[in-house]
Amino acid sequence: MSRELNYVDAIREALFQAMEADPSVFMIGENMRGDIRPESRGLYTRFGDDRVIDMPISEAAFTGFATGAALAGGRVIVEFQVSSLIYPAFDQLVNQAAKLPYMLGGQRFLPVTYLIMGAGAGGGRAGQHSDNPYPYFLHAGIKSVFPTTPADAKSLMLAAIAEDDPVAVFAPVGVYGTKGPVPEEPVVAPLGQAVVRRPGADVTVVAGGPHALQAVALAEKLKGEGISIEVWDPLSLLPLDKAGLEASVNKTGRLVIFDDSNRTCGFAAEIAGLAAERCFHALKAPIKRVTRADMVIPYSTPIETEVLATVDRLEAAVRAVMA
Amino acid sequence: MPTPVDPPSDLDPEISRYRLMQLIRRFEEMAVDLTRGGEIQSAVHVGTGQEAIAVGVCAALGPDDVITSTHRGHGHILAKGGDPARMLAELLGRETGYNKGRGGSMHIADIDLGIYGANGMVGAGAPMACGAAFMFKTRAERHVAVPFFGDGAMNQGVLLESFNLATMLNLPVVFVCENNGYAVTTPIAEVLKGSILERARGFGLAVEAVDGMDVRAVQAAAERAVARARDGGGPGFLECATYRYEVHNVSAGSNWADERDAAERQEGRARDPIERLATQLIAEGRWSAVDRAQVDAEVESELEGGLGFARNSRRPDPSAAYDFMYARDYAGLPARGVDE
Repeated sequence: MSRELNYVDAIREALFQAMEADPSVFMIGENMRGDIRPESRGLYTRFGDDRVIDMPISEAAFTGFATGAALAGGRVIVEFQVSSLIYPAFDQLVNQAAKLPYMLGGQRFLPVTYLIMGAGAGGGRAGQHSDNPYPYFLHAGIKSVFPTTPADAKSLMLAAIAEDDPVAVFAPVGVYGTKGPVPEEPVVAPLGQAVVRRPGADVTVVAGGPHALQAVALAEKLKGEGISIEVWDPLSLLPLDKAGLEASVNKTGRLVIFDDSNRTCGFAAEIAGLAAERCFHALKAPIKRVTRADMVIPYSTPIETEVLATVDRLEAAVRAVMA
Repeated sequence: MPTPVDPPSDLDPEISRYRLMQLIRRFEEMAVDLTRGGEIQSAVHVGTGQEAIAVGVCAALGPDDVITSTHRGHGHILAKGGDPARMLAELLGRETGYNKGRGGSMHIADIDLGIYGANGMVGAGAPMACGAAFMFKTRAERHVAVPFFGDGAMNQGVLLESFNLATMLNLPVVFVCENNGYAVTTPIAEVLKGSILERARGFGLAVEAVDGMDVRAVQAAAERAVARARDGGGPGFLECATYRYEVHNVSAGSNWADERDAAERQEGRARDPIERLATQLIAEGRWSAVDRAQVDAEVESELEGGLGFARNSRRPDPSAAYDFMYARDYAGLPARGVDE
């Protein structure tokens, strides 16, 4: 059964269903008890003190706390209310949790989900609340997903919780207001599987989150001009559906990556590198990247918009590779 | 693998503790020799002089209790029941090592023994101990978690955050600070203002200072703190004053100069915890020099057996380098250095 849900409500439904299904699942984060935040509203009332624990503003400690709890048999969801709150916890994420199972020689793995809300720029959130920090995680080898629709949000959240490794779920602020059909049942999406959000013949546009929706809209707009865009949404950034990417680029022969993380060593750079290695002979035009600038995100709208990955620049890039 | 040598169960428990301290001392000295001789490929941080803290604290713990350790972790691991043969195998990079050669000295762990790992980052194990303690509490298990750390860690935010987490959640945690007076080579008094004990007390921890060169005193203090934590009485904090005999770290190549003058080093060694317990036991008429020599010989033989086992074990096959990154691998994960 499907009905329409808002994006954040879909995340909350996944949290409820995962915690109902498995008593070893518990959630830690900030400000959950007072029903303040839509993604955690009602969880404390339903599951109580032992399973919904408000943490002090100590991101490093509560991230390590989750690692220790997982070693002791827990399955833990850690919420960061804003994407940049991962920075105080960086050692515990990239140097402890990401490395511990390997360094233990596989004695234990860590079933921990990092729910990272508020990813990306949201209009005037300025330098410290506008990052899309997933490249740091990908670089560190932390499995990461970037759900685009409410249905993706629910099914990938459930997949993250079910995985026995740390998985980061980046919830982009740019799609918070969207609604869409979401199955009532707890459907778990496979990791490492992209979706072709809109099939096309001439150019592959790789985009996720709000940028995937913008790319679909652009595809509609350019259809009348005879430009057929395939929007390839990775959904799962690590593992990445490399075979799916290869198939799409080999089919269209053109690739534009539309990604709102930093340009240098960013996600778009990795996609471009993969396509260059695997699809060189199929390419009819140079690969193009439309990314955010390597910039601090400014506060004021005109200069904020200037540095972000915009659909206007995507359109220009698509036209350039088609020329 | 050699069967771990369990001391006879009818042995006087204090003699067992002597034996364990001697085992740690000789293990560390062996690690230094193996490092200087090039058989251990990297550096080791050894805890000669600090044995009484590991042994005294772990004497208050049961098999289901958990510890986290430090870069100077060999003693904690042995005191919690770690097998010296598998530890030596790890130091020599062998497949039979605790971490299958993936970790080395600073990452030795045995989760089944409650050893949640040595750790290369100062203070980083403390929040993990809190997380384990939280699981014990919510499952109504009477276990405790004990993070070990040094005086230098008292300036690390994540440790101070962990103190607050432990008191806020009333967790069964006993924080153990091994104060050897130096944050690597910087005298702690130069970089830590206020006092260690008062700092911990400020977080609401039940604090106690103890002579970390006296295994009896450490054990007694640990038993008090562990009993309180086990009974739900809240987290504790022990500051154990100790002295590190070796330089901060030992490697085959360039060795760190010792930051301490000869007089200070001699004074530190005069407080030797192993000699102290042996002298006490003999003076109390519970032991003899002959019996001591026999225990020492057993320790040598156990370590020699362990070293033989380690040397005879295989190094991991290069193709196995990618194993254990993930509980579940996917196509293309982990990515290799060349696209396939």
